[in-house]
Amino acid sequence: MTLTVQEIFETVRMTLHQNFNIRTTTLGINLKDCIHSDFSKFCDQVYQRIRPAADRLVREAGKLEILYGVPIINKRISVTPVSLIMETHAEPAKFLEMAKTLERAAGDAGIDFIGGFGALVQKGMTRSDRALIESLPEVLSRTKRVCGFLNLGSTVAGLNLDAVIALGPILKEVAQKSGNGIGCAKFGAFVNAPEDNPFMAGAFHGVGEPDFSVNIGVSGPGVVRDVVAANTDCDLTELSEIIKRTVFKITRAGELIGRDLARRLEVPFGIVDISLASTTVAGDSVAAVLEAMGIEMVGAHGSTLALALLMDAVKKGGAMASANVGGLSGTFIPVSEDDRMTAAALEGALSMDKLEALTSVCSVGMDMFAVPGDTPPEKVSAIIADELSIGVINNKTTAVRIIIIPGAKSGDVVDYGGLLGKVPVMAVNKYSSADFIKRGGRMPSPVTSMRN
Amino acid sequence: MENINHGAIDPEDSGRELAFVTVMGRDQKGIVAKVSTVLYKHKINIEDISQKVMRGNFVMIMMVDFKDSPSDLEDVKTDLAKVGEEMSLQIQIQHEALFKAMHRI
Repeated sequence: MTLTVQEIFETVRMTLHQNFNIRTTTLGINLKDCIHSDFSKFCDQVYQRIRPAADRLVREAGKLEILYGVPIINKRISVTPVSLIMETHAEPAKFLEMAKTLERAAGDAGIDFIGGFGALVQKGMTRSDRALIESLPEVLSRTKRVCGFLNLGSTVAGLNLDAVIALGPILKEVAQKSGNGIGCAKFGAFVNAPEDNPFMAGAFHGVGEPDFSVNIGVSGPGVVRDVVAANTDCDLTELSEIIKRTVFKITRAGELIGRDLARRLEVPFGIVDISLASTTVAGDSVAAVLEAMGIEMVGAHGSTLALALLMDAVKKGGAMASANVGGLSGTFIPVSEDDRMTAAALEGALSMDKLEALTSVCSVGMDMFAVPGDTPPEKVSAIIADELSIGVINNKTTAVRIIIIPGAKSGDVVDYGGLLGKVPVMAVNKYSSADFIKRGGRMPSPVTSMRN
Repeated sequence: MENINHGAIDPEDSGRELAFVTVMGRDQKGIVAKVSTVLYKHKINIEDISQKVMRGNFVMIMMVDFKDSPSDLEDVKTDLAKVGEEMSLQIQIQHEALFKAMHRI
């Protein structure tokens, strides 16, 4: 076997100049056997389960960054959905206590986010699920590291509109209680939520998972952007081929590092999530890939096709490279965390309607977008319900991470800085669907779910 | 992309722990000497060297075996970065498994 100088420098350039990195290594941890009738003992056991594992994750991931020279940006923890382990302690105050335990375990290990504070309510809610939802405003405003999620529907179960209705006022309260609505950024409303997703805010360690599992999220929108920009004249079929080849390489690197990490931690390797994930770093943008394809600004007519082509090629390249592709493996188009998405929203190229359309082809959902503080709770529920229905009917994961900014109007911009970036406040449709949404109940599962 | 096999390097060997040291920047006197000095200090053996001008830049690759090195790779990295800073070069050391995974099925 030989490696050429060109091949070696292609890899070196990816990491040095094109922001190729392992976006996240997320250690999933089962907490079911930590349950105890004595609540303080229960919390102690949760802390003792997470803390040493998290320490080890941070240490070993650091070693791999040096060995392979590929930055590992985030080291994170996901746990069993908290509502499940709290069934016998189903009081909002205890949920807050449990959230603080998770916060402490993650913080003491130097982990920035810990996911799993959520519930699977696609078909209905238990007493514990309701208590968890009720505790969300306190939990998301009083902790910094704890991320929450709800799985509100699935292609098999349909969409639980009752839970979506409950969520509207809860998210408004989260926004009120946390400065500038920042608490909303730590919560994702899902359908068809994958149990092995390594990305926050929706990461949790599913009930079908082993005691521990390492999941990897690779990313490289900058690498894909450069290869697209270098091929201005090829047609869509050739463009797809070029993207596939590049993503193949990125995914192989992710699989190598993920497997090495799992070996060092002596835990099973889970999946590689091949999602292209933007960050606020210039050049690390999915929207910039679409621009390199020839879209002036994301949101222009043609953007949906461009995104569909991109994600299909990413999936094909990734599937060839790893037998363990999983998690979300879509593309993230967060409005705030992607500087070209932000610019498009600010310029008026990208509306909320087009954002919703984009999410129907391949993306994970409407992510990190802001709405005015006076948006009525039933309208928040309707925005979520629309997006989630796309996932239920099309047998895919969709999610909503909506930031409600108290006092802000459409056209305002709020700068969160750091990872979260700048959020332009988008206009919501002024007409009401309150009478429709308040009907509640469950949207039946689509006929395509009857596959047995 | 150019399809030249110039400087092809063969990292296939089970008894060794191989990495690639890559250097990018402006050609100047003493690059090999200074990089080699760092590697010698950490008891890292140079197996092969290849250099060329690619897209107007000087690039050099050293295939090294660090199996017998008592040092932490982090320290090697730090020392190489110092040389890089002195000479305005980008110097990396990365395990060869990464390159094999990305470029070979």
